[in-house]
Parts: sequence; C-alpha cells; structure tokens
Amino acid sequence: MSDGPASACPLPLRDYAHVVLGHGAGGALSRDLIEGIFLPAFSNEWLDQRGDSAVLDSTGLSSGTALDIARHLGNAGRLAVSTDSYVVRPLVFPGGSIGDLAVHGTVNDLAMSGARPLVLTAGFILEEGLAIAALATIVERMARAAREAGVVIVAGDTKVVERGHGDGLYINTAGIGVVPPEVRLGNEPVRPGDVVLVSGTIGDHGLAIMSVREGLEFDAPIASDTAPLHGLVSTMLAACPGIRLLRDPTRGGVAASLNEIAALASVGIEIDEDAVPVRPAVAAACEILGLDPLLVANEGKLLAIVPAAAADAVLAAMRAHPRGRDAVALGRIVAAHTQLVVMRTAIGGTRVIPLPLGEQLPRIC
Amino acid sequence: MATRPERPHYESRIMKHLAEYRDADTARRLAAEIGRIATRPWAIMEVCGGQTHSIIRNGIDQLLPRGSDRGVELIHGPGCPVCVTPLETIDRALAIARRPGTILCSFGDMLRVPGSREDLFAVKAAGGDVRVVYSPLDAVKLARRHPEREVVFLAIGFETTAPANAMAVKVAAEQGLRNFSMLVSHVLVPPAIAAIMQAAGNRVQAFLAAGHVCSVMGTWQYPPLAREWRVPIVVTGFEPLDLLEGIRRAVVQLEAGRHEVENAYPRAVTERGNEAAQQVIAEVFTPVDRAWRGIGVIPASGWRLADAYAAYDAEQRFDLGGITAVESPLCRSGEVLRGMLKPDQCPAFGRECTPRTPLGATMVSSEGACAAYYNFRQARDSAHV
Amino acid sequence: MCLAVPGRVESIHDDRGVRMGKVNFAGVVKDVCLAYLPEIAVGDYTLVHVGFALATIDEAAAQETLRTFAELGILEEGLAELRDGDEAGASAL
Repeated sequence: MSDGPASACPLPLRDYAHVVLGHGAGGALSRDLIEGIFLPAFSNEWLDQRGDSAVLDSTGLSSGTALDIARHLGNAGRLAVSTDSYVVRPLVFPGGSIGDLAVHGTVNDLAMSGARPLVLTAGFILEEGLAIAALATIVERMARAAREAGVVIVAGDTKVVERGHGDGLYINTAGIGVVPPEVRLGNEPVRPGDVVLVSGTIGDHGLAIMSVREGLEFDAPIASDTAPLHGLVSTMLAACPGIRLLRDPTRGGVAASLNEIAALASVGIEIDEDAVPVRPAVAAACEILGLDPLLVANEGKLLAIVPAAAADAVLAAMRAHPRGRDAVALGRIVAAHTQLVVMRTAIGGTRVIPLPLGEQLPRIC
Repeated sequence: MATRPERPHYESRIMKHLAEYRDADTARRLAAEIGRIATRPWAIMEVCGGQTHSIIRNGIDQLLPRGSDRGVELIHGPGCPVCVTPLETIDRALAIARRPGTILCSFGDMLRVPGSREDLFAVKAAGGDVRVVYSPLDAVKLARRHPEREVVFLAIGFETTAPANAMAVKVAAEQGLRNFSMLVSHVLVPPAIAAIMQAAGNRVQAFLAAGHVCSVMGTWQYPPLAREWRVPIVVTGFEPLDLLEGIRRAVVQLEAGRHEVENAYPRAVTERGNEAAQQVIAEVFTPVDRAWRGIGVIPASGWRLADAYAAYDAEQRFDLGGITAVESPLCRSGEVLRGMLKPDQCPAFGRECTPRTPLGATMVSSEGACAAYYNFRQARDSAHV
Repeated sequence: MCLAVPGRVESIHDDRGVRMGKVNFAGVVKDVCLAYLPEIAVGDYTLVHVGFALATIDEAAAQETLRTFAELGILEEGLAELRDGDEAGASAL
C-alpha cells in the first residue's frame, strides 16, 4: 500500500509543485498529470487503453477484476447509473478525504438501488495553485478506496480553473452497477407497520469535518464514517430480498432522508429518541455547538425500511457485517401524521423532526 | 421486534452533570407532582430562549397538566438575543459585511436573521467575507492573522455572553490590535422582566429566570423585582429535570401565595454570581437604553462599549450612513416575545412567514418561539401532532 | 441564550497572558478561557459558554438536587401505600 506522493508519481513532472492553468489545457502538461498521477493510481485494462470512452466488454481480458466486471455487465438485466459531485472542504479530514467520498458516495448511491457497483468515471476540476503533492495523495486514497470497494475507474477528465475559483479541488464521479435479478428492492411500497432501521451511529462525518474547520476546531476522537456499503446491502437483501427502501443519509442527515421518505411514500414516520445511536464524542460535540445529530451528514450509513416480519432477520444480518455492527431499529412507519416525521422524546413527549432548511450552523443560544 | 444492542453508546448516558438531568422516570414523577399540587391554572414565563428550545424540543410542556381549570401554561419569553437584536444593528452588520477588505465574524445564530432587505448569508453569497465563529476569541485570532483586513465581531447576547465579548475586547486592546472592533448589542434580563410585568394585558404570574445568565450575574438583582411585581422568580436550568423542578417550585409558591426568589439551579448558580466576570463587564460595558426588536425601547436594558474602549466600537469606527430599518408590517414578533400571542395564532404563521421566508427574527432563531413551533410542532393539513 | 455545557478541566496553561485550559466534554477536548475562574483546578467540572468557563459546578449542590428528585418518588410511593392500606382497611404504617 503506497503512502505518499512519491509512489504515485513514477514519472517526473516538469518542475511544477503546484497546478498551473496549463495542466488543464489538454497538452503536454495535462499528459504529465495523467501519466504521472492518474494512470498509475487508477490503472486497469480499460482505462489503460486511454480511449475517450471505455467499452466495457471482455475482449482481450483473460483474468482479474476487469474480466469479472465484464461478465457481470454481460449478464446485466438491470443497469443502475448514478453521479455525484464532491466539493468538501477541507480536502483531507479525520477518517478520510474528498477522494474517499468521491468513490464511496457514488458506490453507495448505486448500492441503495440494490446494485452491485462496477465501474466509475472521475472528473477533476483543479484550482490553479493546488499542490501537486496534495493532489497525488488524494488520488492515491481514491484509488485505494476503489480497490477496496471492488470497482474500477474507467474514464476521467481534468480541467483547471483560475486561482480563487475552485476551493482547491472538485471531483465528480459517475457510476454504473448491475442489480441482480433476485433483488426485489422497492417492488412493494413503504406502508404503515414497516420498520425503520439504521446501520450504525450517526453524525460522525459532519462532526469530523467541523472538528477541523477554522473557528470550530476541537480535539476529538471523531472520524468520518466514509465507507462503501454494497457489501452490507448484499447481506441485507439475502436476508430479505423484498426490502422496501434503502437510503444513505448524507447531506441533511437522517432528518432529511426520513422527511424525503415520508413525503415520497405519503406516510408518517415515528422514531424513538432513545434508539438513536450516537457516539459519545459526537454527542458531546453536538452539545457544545448546539447541533442536532439527526441533521448531520453521514457518509457510511444507511437507512432501511423493511417489512415488520423481516426486521429481526435483517438486523441480525446487519450486525454480523463489519459495516452494520451498531445497527438498530429507529422506529416505524405509521398511518398517522402523513408526511411528518415525529420523534418520541426520551422523557415521553413528542416533537416533529423537520426537513432541514440549509446548512446547520453552530449556535450560542 | 428487535431490541437495541447492549453496548451503551447513547450520548446522554455518559455526559456528567448533563445526563442525570434527562432521566425519563424522574421527569414523569416531577410532572405528576406538579399535576398533584396545581389547583388552579397558572401562567409561567420562561425567560430564556434556550429554555424555550429545551421545552419544545423535549416535549416538556406536553407532560404538564394543562386543564382550563388547573394546570400550567408556559409563556415563552423574549430571552432570545437573536430575536431581539434591533433591526438597525442587523442592517449595520450587513453594511459592514459588504465592505471590501472587511471580515464580519458572527455566531452562527445570526446568519439567517433578516435585515430590512437581506441576511448575512445573502451578503456572503454576493462576495462579503462573513465567518461563523464559536468564540469571540476566534475573531480576535482572525484579526491577528490578517493585519491587512478589518475584522468586526457582531457581539450580541444576554449577560451570559457578555464576559466572553468583554474579554475579546480586552485581549484585543492588550495585544494592540488596531484592526479589530465589535458591533455591540447586549440586552439584559431584569429590565425585560419589569417591562413584561408593566405591559398592558400581561398574564405572566411567575418567572423561570435564565440559569446561565444568573451563573454570571448571580441572583441578587431579582428580589426587588419579585417584591415590586409580586411574582415568584425561580432560577432554573435547561435540562428537562431542571425545567420541571423550576416549574414545580414556581407552582408551590403560587399555590401558597408567595413571591420570592428561589435558586433551583444551585450547581451552577450562586447568589453573588461570577464576580470576576461582573468586574470585567463593568469595566468594558456601560448601561444604555436599548431598543428590543418587536418590543420597543426598554430603558437601561442594554450595554454598549464603555468610552475607554471607544476605539473598538464598530459603530464609531465605520461610517455606516443613515440606516433606516424597515420592519415587515405583517410581523408580530413583539407580541410573541411578550407572551401575548402564541406563534400559531399569528395570521402569517406558516403562510407568509416560514423558516425559509422569515418575516421576523422569532422565525429564524433556533430558539425563537415561532421557529420552535414551526419546526417542532408542525401540523400540516390533516396531520395532528 | 446560554448554550453552556459542563466539562472537566484536564490542564491549565497560559496563552499570551490569558489563563486557558483544556476542557474535556465526554472525549471532546476544547481550549477554554479560564480567566473568570481563578480558583478552578484540574479535575473540577465547569460550565462552558462560547469558549469561556463561567462557573465551577458545585458537586455537593448537584448531589443535593439529585437527592431531592429521588426522594420525590419515595414520598409518592409512601402516599400511595397509605391510600392502598386505608382502602384495605389496614394501617400501612
């Protein structure tokens, strides 16, 4: 496992320690970046062909991940496609980097449809002045995340914007996956009586970012939970192919996702405050800053709506998986208060969990 | 139905001096006790917006007896500094934020408060440098790091925040920072209590005083108020058990016809308060008549920077021109802040006025009564919570 | 106003003449200004608002408060026993 820029740059770059506008111009400097940083990190049979797009068949392949993927695609009944862009600041934070998010985010979007993620594309927008070493580190982390998730990056693009316009680095990834025929995820609508499950502790990612953001710094054992979830989803679907719905609560947290589900399915949702899993340090940080963990972003968790009869089996399957050890039942779908998410508070009251308006800000009051 | 895992990872259980005051069983017993002793309907005002937030967020008012013949009605007070910051101050902050070469620092609460035309978020989007800070000292740090820029801190708050804001100015002065200043809009609790009791149509019969304000200022300011207005004043904390205990003690006094000051938050409040903090406050700030948004001018109800610190007063440092603040004619925050109107009784509530399109500060602030009602107690169409 | 959270003072130091401390909130450690609590010591719990320690938590007062809560329940149970005892025609005490 490489651990620094030197191992990601076998070819010498022309003397530039920082990205310059020329790196996005499509000429020699661009080639330097591609050959020096992107190709070595993401190398696979399709990407190495360096075409404008990758044709994902098994021609010329004899073994390895690419062949595997080609076979899956060949048998594909249902293709799933997704795309997402990553603009996080800072670029590196406790537990991960923008590179990890760029892989996990799109992989998870595919996983939420029950798809096995197979290939990704990666578009980079670099800010003039970004340190090449920093870029190389992030690309290396992205490559590692992709390897661990079992996906390959088959196409990419790079552009450079003038200093002051890019926050360092933006990444877009698009992904393709295949939904296995036996998966019946989403075939039946969410209905009262269904159970709401969450795969683990919430608020870790958002607080990890805040812990390093200027003005809100604190020392805390809080790390982003960024992780690929398709393995977990697989075991869950094996336990219950008819899971109603999966969602990963990223921006806006569990509150946003539950509100979306309640609105889409036109149902009410009731959750128990006592059941909400939050790490002590995350909870303490939320207390200090006046934040609600339910509204904080997660990058390695999922919500599942399952038929009541299957809840125990799905929970057992989740807890047996490394990404679902802390899975719990949060609450249930109800017929009352349609489109509202209501929480039974620890002391026995109720309150509505609103759809977050925008970014949650620390407060003093 | 699956139960939750055995591993105890729920935050509440491990934060010392916090978790103990969230015990559900004790909360129910306290509420039952209040139900047992209340023989008439009583109206109690919690002064502090943080208390309002906790009440609504935890559903504490739902545990209280609420019959028309006996019970407790909680009236939400004006203790939300964000809500009562005068419109002119917001407009001044916006004007400063728009200046090139200036960094406007603020607590997160203030970013979405509407001025006459826009809020700090909008100014930020238009290119203004607006930064959220957790502590006023962070703004001082910024000033040190950016000697070429003017750094202005929007110093709002009740007495609780005054020690921090005062220290920021002192530190800036001691470090000789010439590029740091503060836009000050401090408000005080005791004059507010007097103003509420004086207002025509007032229904408040007892007060839960703001626990953390009293951590700083002590409780010695309140006996004259209790005597003059014949109201029980119970210094109360913020956790469910603290609030319920404060309410219980207020009801005990009301039932007995007493009107005294009681400290139901002794672990954090003493009669004299924090004297070191009071000394610095007296050095850095001077009492002033202050306009409370939605209420009007309350005499001697605010603090401004003392003359000795005039060099750090942003109002004097920047020529902000004539600012004419324009309040929405539909907004009835003032009546809500004085406890005369419940948020959902306002005609604009949920219609012209929502958290997304707030007409006044009570809909923006996370502890503003209107926002609390909207977020935590929404009833959409047929849904009923 | 007044979002203030209790934490434990782990260490005390000086930053350019200002008394500061590291305060631990269930694992989250923050730099906090201790200038307003000249008597506070490592191991004490303090209430922190916007990065400033405003009060030292009085442990004895806290215990007292919790004790009155506990007694509240006992009182009620005693009363309930009395009632049940009377109804049964026998004295509960």
